[in-house]
Amino acid sequence: MIKPVPPAFIFMAGALLVPLLKGRLKAVYLIALPVLAFVDLLAMDNGTYWIVRFLNQDLIFGRVDRLSMVFGYVFVLITFIGVIYALHVKDDGQHVAALLYAGGALGVTFVGDLISLYFFWEAMALASVFLILARKTEDSNRAALRYFLWHFFGGLCLLAGIVLYALERDTIAFAYIGLSDPSTYLIFIGFCLNAVVFPLHVWLSDAYPRATVTGAVFMSALTTKSAVYILARTFPGTPFLIWAGALMTCFPIFYAVIANDMRRVLSYSLINQVGFMVCGIGIGTQLAINGVAAHAFCHIIYKALLFMSTGAVLHMTGKVRGTDLGGLYKTMPYTAVCCMIGAASISAFPLFSGFISKSMTVTAVAEEHFTIVWFMLLFASAGVFHHAGIKVPYFIFFGHDSGIRAKEPPVNMRIAMGMAAFICLFLGVYPDPLYRILPYPVDFVPYTAFHVLGMLELLMFGALAFTLLVLSGYYPAEMRAVNLDTDWFLRLPGRQFILFCQKPLQRFFESMNRILLGVVGTLKTWPRWAVGTEEKNDYLFHKKLTAFPEFIYARARYLKTEIKQLSFNLTYILLFFVVLLWIMLYWTG
Amino acid sequence: MPPKKELTFLDSARNQKRVRTFFYITLVLLLVIDLFIPKHGHFSWEEAPFFFAAYGFIGCVSLIFGAKGLRWLVKKKEDYYD
Repeated sequence: MIKPVPPAFIFMAGALLVPLLKGRLKAVYLIALPVLAFVDLLAMDNGTYWIVRFLNQDLIFGRVDRLSMVFGYVFVLITFIGVIYALHVKDDGQHVAALLYAGGALGVTFVGDLISLYFFWEAMALASVFLILARKTEDSNRAALRYFLWHFFGGLCLLAGIVLYALERDTIAFAYIGLSDPSTYLIFIGFCLNAVVFPLHVWLSDAYPRATVTGAVFMSALTTKSAVYILARTFPGTPFLIWAGALMTCFPIFYAVIANDMRRVLSYSLINQVGFMVCGIGIGTQLAINGVAAHAFCHIIYKALLFMSTGAVLHMTGKVRGTDLGGLYKTMPYTAVCCMIGAASISAFPLFSGFISKSMTVTAVAEEHFTIVWFMLLFASAGVFHHAGIKVPYFIFFGHDSGIRAKEPPVNMRIAMGMAAFICLFLGVYPDPLYRILPYPVDFVPYTAFHVLGMLELLMFGALAFTLLVLSGYYPAEMRAVNLDTDWFLRLPGRQFILFCQKPLQRFFESMNRILLGVVGTLKTWPRWAVGTEEKNDYLFHKKLTAFPEFIYARARYLKTEIKQLSFNLTYILLFFVVLLWIMLYWTG
Repeated sequence: MPPKKELTFLDSARNQKRVRTFFYITLVLLLVIDLFIPKHGHFSWEEAPFFFAAYGFIGCVSLIFGAKGLRWLVKKKEDYYD
């Protein structure tokens, strides 16, 4: 019998060894880690264990039940696929960041208390920043900073909420919380930021298109879905989430239609898909929660597949904008087919994985008689087919011939895409294995004649609208442009605000300088007796007292003081402060 | 992987027309089947003939025109934030 360990630690500890390995050994090692984690998951029993006493609190690293297991399985599965997809990457930093990130997601999934939840939550945010930074362009560096600031804000809200909550309720249990006190609202805001609830969604559509080809695959899978898991555990049945989710399904599709960067289209459709899950959490019935878990599972796979196939195009051509691409099916048929399988899955075509999961949430909404929400979800279902289902494959692989004749991507990328595509088809045809691991017993039959026909009608006539509008020239052409989103309220007015504060302050200090210098200048010549004193003072301060520092400086200036050494100097200064602090604390306490 | 022969089956206008014709035939077939299958919706209007087809078509047309309106509202030059 294998004795399991917390699966998060397999990835987190395993990540540290990656830089020590080389070549084929590293590839084998990278693939072995998710396999090991999967074996570990199979050996884990339901229950609560791995409890560590820390600062008079019980930190629980193993709270295992059916809900956490679904997410655990899919996180490990997507890490496996993502690692294979990234095998050709030479930059070890990316592998380490991806594994730490996946470890954080698994940690969040299996912890049973809010303190360790916070720890893994921040580990995820921090690790994922490096997947954007690794792109190493000026644009991505700035996006990474914005991404970090957003998550920093969310993390602070969460931390403040957790501290207040722990003080009020005298518990740190990671269980149902529900909206009541201000502390719960703070926690809720923190979770909602990661679950891309409007208007806290912009970090996603801003950062994901700027991440590395392989990093975006992990990012599309982990951050939002772990937030969905947490919301499903802490805030199920919150009416606000029903409407927030319905809004999330609808508004991003308008943005997706006019977005040019194909990975940005996918980012908006990611928000749309998470909207279905958030809506299901708001409904909170057994069918709805089953729908959320099933949809998260399928969504992670097909969204990763879409990010992988567009990423493969970006990797091979260096381009990912609709204006630059077209006609790639001629030389990349394999990637095109994978992309279309992902597109059919996200559109919930019968026989593809989205169909067997999305319909559960929609049915749960109908059962609770939320008529307007039901219409919104139906509109979003047609809309997602429109942009992610048709637009992405059409503008990349078909449409006008861009003249690009790129080869198929490297073999590891093709294997990863093939695996994800297989899972999409397999679950679409035979959903039983997924239904069996859902949190509640399933008596839902996706394949009824009425349901299949309704969905096909909805999608095919949506496609008819696309066809007619493209043929008649009414379809909005692909354009290079920035489309403003809610972050405009932070980015431009933010800059204005800083300038607004800076200018008066600058004026103030300049005038202060002038007045002060004037006064000092006057004093130097008047009254006469003071001038003599001043000269003596000058001699004392400027000659006598400065002699010693100058003596030292004359010897020390050979030490490097260029700006390039700044980080080292700062590190030493920081270390010095830490040592000082330690000494002070040691002696005082 | 060595570059293989290019696929060109969608280059000819005849094949493009074939794909479109196939697509239109599927649509008509769906509408015909719609009249004959048993229906069991949660809402009464789900059982109306061609409800989903009409909603899908109208939804997507309004989506496109809505998106055009949105573009008019939010479109800026690519270096807007720089």
